[in-house]
Amino acid sequence: MTLQTAEAPIFRDSETDLRHRAQWWTGSLAVYSALILWALICLFPIYWTITTSFKMAPNVMQGHLVPFVDYQPSWLGWRSLGMSPDTIGTESSPRAEFMKRFMNSLIVSVTASTLAVILGSLAAYGLSRFSYRWAWMRNPDISFFFLSQLILPPVVLALPFLVLYKALGLLDTRIGLILLYTLMVLPIVIWIMRDQFAGIPTELEEAALVDGLTIWGAFATIILPIALPGMVAAFILSLVLTWNEYFFAALLTSTHANTLPVMVASQTGSQGINWWAMAALSTAAILPLVVIGIILERFIIKGMAAGALK
Amino acid sequence: MRAGGRDAHPPLSTGIRLSTTGDLLHVVTADDLPPGRIAFGRGLMWGTGLLLCLAAALQTAQAMGVIDLGLETWRPTLYAFITWAIALCWGQVLTRGEQGKRALFVLPAVLFVVALTVFPLLFGLLIALSDWNLSSPTGRQFNGLDNIRQMWTDPFYWNALGNMGWYCLAIVVEYAIAFGLALLLNAEIRARKFFRVAFLLPLMLSPVAVSWMIGKSMLEPRFGPLARLGRALGWDTPSFFGDPLVAKLTIMAMDAWTYIPFMMIMLLAGLQAIPKEVQEAARVDGASGWRGFWEVTFPLMLPVSLTAILIRIIFKLKLADIVISVTSGGPGGATDTVTSFIFREYRDRSNVGYGTLLAMVYLVVIVIAMTILMKIADRFTRPRT
Repeated sequence: MTLQTAEAPIFRDSETDLRHRAQWWTGSLAVYSALILWALICLFPIYWTITTSFKMAPNVMQGHLVPFVDYQPSWLGWRSLGMSPDTIGTESSPRAEFMKRFMNSLIVSVTASTLAVILGSLAAYGLSRFSYRWAWMRNPDISFFFLSQLILPPVVLALPFLVLYKALGLLDTRIGLILLYTLMVLPIVIWIMRDQFAGIPTELEEAALVDGLTIWGAFATIILPIALPGMVAAFILSLVLTWNEYFFAALLTSTHANTLPVMVASQTGSQGINWWAMAALSTAAILPLVVIGIILERFIIKGMAAGALK
Repeated sequence: MRAGGRDAHPPLSTGIRLSTTGDLLHVVTADDLPPGRIAFGRGLMWGTGLLLCLAAALQTAQAMGVIDLGLETWRPTLYAFITWAIALCWGQVLTRGEQGKRALFVLPAVLFVVALTVFPLLFGLLIALSDWNLSSPTGRQFNGLDNIRQMWTDPFYWNALGNMGWYCLAIVVEYAIAFGLALLLNAEIRARKFFRVAFLLPLMLSPVAVSWMIGKSMLEPRFGPLARLGRALGWDTPSFFGDPLVAKLTIMAMDAWTYIPFMMIMLLAGLQAIPKEVQEAARVDGASGWRGFWEVTFPLMLPVSLTAILIRIIFKLKLADIVISVTSGGPGGATDTVTSFIFREYRDRSNVGYGTLLAMVYLVVIVIAMTILMKIADRFTRPRT
């Protein structure tokens, strides 16, 4: 932070040096307490949810916080989901229901993200390499057309889509959700990938073309491997957004294709004081992304940082 | 976003800004396409195009009751559209050779977006000008500007629009916190990776789960830990959603909790892109600590800050999930957002026509506001000479 090695370390005990050291101590104390305070703010809700899923009614009412010290953990919440050690082997309709929603979420978000990364990368590559002209639209206009989709609030498309999907028989289907989610994350993918491709020198393709590759061949064999980290970043970011999406899923699905957020929301509506079950459900719903966040943190940061600097 | 806006008006002087499009690849290829291939390509595109028109026309005729084909959904038209889209892509390669292959990079995305936004938007415009309640048997009826008149006198819609203004103002506080956190993470600290992951986690959580975790359980007035904390600090009857102002602040805080990491990471990326020499030079010149921040770091961070704030505003304008699942707009519409209001308009009354009009008006408001904001931001970041 402050001066560390700026002065030669000869007169370490002089008056000014001691003052510096005191300043450094108070400074770093303030920095670390601020860091720890915010880390607490970020982590406590997650901690609370996970521990609540192991509580019983009296624990909740007395406000116990630390398992094993304050209270004895029990599997009550997880049993109601059919996922405690004693019920995991048996048939359980809540678990079947949960797994169905989980699979819906998984299929929809992974497919939509994959589709968006494919379409978006191709478009971003084209826009960063060739000049297009369609009517009055040039490259910057086409880029702007894609990126302006980001402004479009979902609510504007929601009701027309509801009516259209009804006419097309796509209501309450996974395909319907996949199409919408792809549309939703496409501008973000293009935004990230445009920077990625712009950072790759064109000499690479020129050399490949001289060597006899076609433009698609050069793209697939030379550019794609280089741009892969960026694509992973875009994919993870899309996955987070689509996994958590609630608004469209609540409007367009009812029984077959609804995703985890819809299930969580429908439980909160009818909550008694059944906290442990809700906590177990919430934990199960957020856990995959928490794990992804911890493991793939640098990709997520890379993806979000990509656009910030341009 | 901002980069896109900038690109729409390519600046003449600054070379850096154009770099977002990269160096264009210039390759000259001599295409020698046989006329038969071109004719086949043209035929393919026009043929499938005609097929699409035919399918659409037949289905419209059936929808209007002229003929009966026994089709239940509009799927045949959808399939015809997909066929046409594929034929169009193929046809480009057939008729234009190398140029067509290049167009093939962008064409699928363009067709996808046009089919899924432009068409529904036009269709939405039609819905917006009609009286259409999905639960009523009369179906869609054109009613001209009646919906606009109804909107003009609807206090709840104006209230929701006003709330959006308040919610957007909260971004200033979020920005200050995010900047502070980015500075902390950019400092020389131990366990930086741990703090970065911890600070990032709220962004990964689904807003619906967050609204249960925080809104419904931690803020529960009797047993919630935050209510207990409030009581310990001397707030006798902690109630986070009873009073309109407190409820609004609580929703703001919950939304901030989820999205501060987002701004923080963008700002952190900006901070790390500032060369160390700049700050060292400032320190040598005697500007250290607070002054060094305000006169060196902050001005250098202005472009990144504006980008982060603009994107945050875009995300804020979509705010709905938390409101829908925690307060459903209450108490008395104090926490309502436009999206949650329209959502309830549909859920409670199936009023598709009116809801769509409200959404369209909202879109117009957003486009105007964002254009103004982007112009202002552009003026701020333009280098002063």
